[in-house]
Amino acid sequence: MNKSLNRLSYPYLLWTFIMIVIPFFLIFIYSVTSSKEGSPVIFQFTFDHYREFFSPSNINILNKSIWLAFQTTVYCLILGYPAAWIISKINIRKQNAIILFFILPMWINMLLRTYAWQIILGRSGILSTFFNIINIKYEGILYTDSAVLIGMVYNFIPFMVLPIFTTLIKIDDNLIEAAYDLGASTKETFLKIIFPLSLPGVVTGIILVFLPAVSSFAIPRLLGGGQYVLIGNLIEKQFYLLGNWNFGSAIAIILMILIIISMMFMKKTDELKSRGGGTLPW
Amino acid sequence: MKKIVCCMIFLVVFITLSSYPVQAEEITTLNVYNWGEYIDEDVIDLFEAAHPNVEVNYETFDSNESMYTKLTMGDANYDVIIPSDYMIERLIKEDRLVELDVTKLTHYNEISNEFLVKSEVFDPNNNYAVPYFWGTVGILYDTTKVDETVDSWSILWDETYKNQIFMYDSQRDSLMVALKLLGKSMNTTDKEDLELAKNKLIEQRPLVYSYVTDSVIQQMISGEAALAVVYSGDAAYIMDENPDMAFAIPQEGTNFWIDSMVIPKTSQNIDLAHEFIDFMCDPDIALRNTEYVMYSSPIESVFNNVITEDWANNIAYNPDGVIDVFGGSIETEVFRDPGDFITEYDKVWSEVLAPKPNYLIPIIIGAIVIVAGSAYYIITKKKKSY
Repeated sequence: MNKSLNRLSYPYLLWTFIMIVIPFFLIFIYSVTSSKEGSPVIFQFTFDHYREFFSPSNINILNKSIWLAFQTTVYCLILGYPAAWIISKINIRKQNAIILFFILPMWINMLLRTYAWQIILGRSGILSTFFNIINIKYEGILYTDSAVLIGMVYNFIPFMVLPIFTTLIKIDDNLIEAAYDLGASTKETFLKIIFPLSLPGVVTGIILVFLPAVSSFAIPRLLGGGQYVLIGNLIEKQFYLLGNWNFGSAIAIILMILIIISMMFMKKTDELKSRGGGTLPW
Repeated sequence: MKKIVCCMIFLVVFITLSSYPVQAEEITTLNVYNWGEYIDEDVIDLFEAAHPNVEVNYETFDSNESMYTKLTMGDANYDVIIPSDYMIERLIKEDRLVELDVTKLTHYNEISNEFLVKSEVFDPNNNYAVPYFWGTVGILYDTTKVDETVDSWSILWDETYKNQIFMYDSQRDSLMVALKLLGKSMNTTDKEDLELAKNKLIEQRPLVYSYVTDSVIQQMISGEAALAVVYSGDAAYIMDENPDMAFAIPQEGTNFWIDSMVIPKTSQNIDLAHEFIDFMCDPDIALRNTEYVMYSSPIESVFNNVITEDWANNIAYNPDGVIDVFGGSIETEVFRDPGDFITEYDKVWSEVLAPKPNYLIPIIIGAIVIVAGSAYYIITKKKKSY
């Protein structure tokens, strides 16, 4: 039984190898070579692309990307935890409906939703019409940091709510009742029982929000209006506009290293509890 | 058992074969690569109707640079592409274009001579390129918000229009504005000039509402900002949709550009590509295109035909007597390919757009992570002591 299962996994291993390992290897090769005269065949080993990355303007871009991803994660957590808490407390039928409402927007293309935000936040948009009616002067926050942050939080919040929600509904109610029985206040129960038990979900949520946020490029470009160059935009530009695949690959590798470091950090905190759960509900 | 296997094999073979309908005639695909919003798409249907065995595969790009990357990096076989002057110069230098056979172009003599002469800047002897549209770059402004006369690029540095300015998200065009304001050439290969232009653009950044590309058209039609740097054809279109808008070509000079049709060497259907180019030069077809996208046509009869229309009287469509090409006083320049120096332009433009340094950010993040980590450590430690 075990053996045949093993054999069944071969196609998937092959698939992983072709679609993940080989491309990763190619990116790595590109990042440490330079192609002479536009010919991608003749390689020349070099670390120049990595050196090139550590220029002041690129460091500022990286700095800003991490800051934005960090803010997005914090806001998602602040907004997402109470939301997940509320959902986990209501009766099961309504629960499914509300979870569906959270997932539903993800069926619509992300670009489309971001364009919608452009229309909502713009000077001749819905918000400004609304403020005009109640006679408040609204200059529009489109193409500012706040607009980008709103777009990011809006897009990534389901990835925070859902894992936290799954850990919260898994918590045994007896534990909470026991805490009350032993004289813990509501605050104490939350801090000492509920929050620690939901931490795996929080960690998963943070990873699921931070990783795509740090490398996103479409939302900052649409809502930040061109002057918002982040690490994702920088990579996109190297491939799409400048045709400099080597430098683009080097940036991608650097970003990957940063992500792996932060993942290891998160995993460390996760291991301390050694409790399962916190996966996505689907 | 054998019978079943035979039947299965027969079935599989039958299904695979039957899903490929036997074609009576060979269908040729013509791959056309053009700027976005740059053609009346009905024209493609007309071409297909005139050539029953031809299917046109029409794709668009949003900048010369992305077109170049796709053309050289990918394995795409385009038959006709329509880039701008300096990009054509680069493609000629790199020997990527097919020499045109002018005898196959029956409508070639419809093209005004002045554009062929001007094209010689980037295509000596007119061997490779057939002009498609031409124009300038200028300032589009909202007359309800701007009272003064607009005649200089310096208005884009005016504090009163803070957050009311759209700049073009393209390194050549934006650097052109700064270089012209400084009285330099837009084709400069002097690092000091570029440094000055960079500082000028960084100085302007706080005033800019957004750096945009084609989306400027919709946003200026709905009046999102007071000033915008736009291509002349887009200006004509916007003014046609929103009569409050006006167009000005600054006195310091501007860019005069020609987008032309060329055939890359990778083309599989060179004859058919010639036919397509010739078709686009047909006055009836060119008229449809110019009326649809509102860019100025190099076909003489079309230009004269259109000039009676409202929008065509504007200098955006018809800068006759305004720019030096048509006997005016404003000096214009055609973009040239700077060769390897282009990396300097790339670098300067990324530095303009790069965010300001902020050393507080890593400190704040570090502090929060350390505090959260140690708080967590203390909590878990306590638990163990129970």
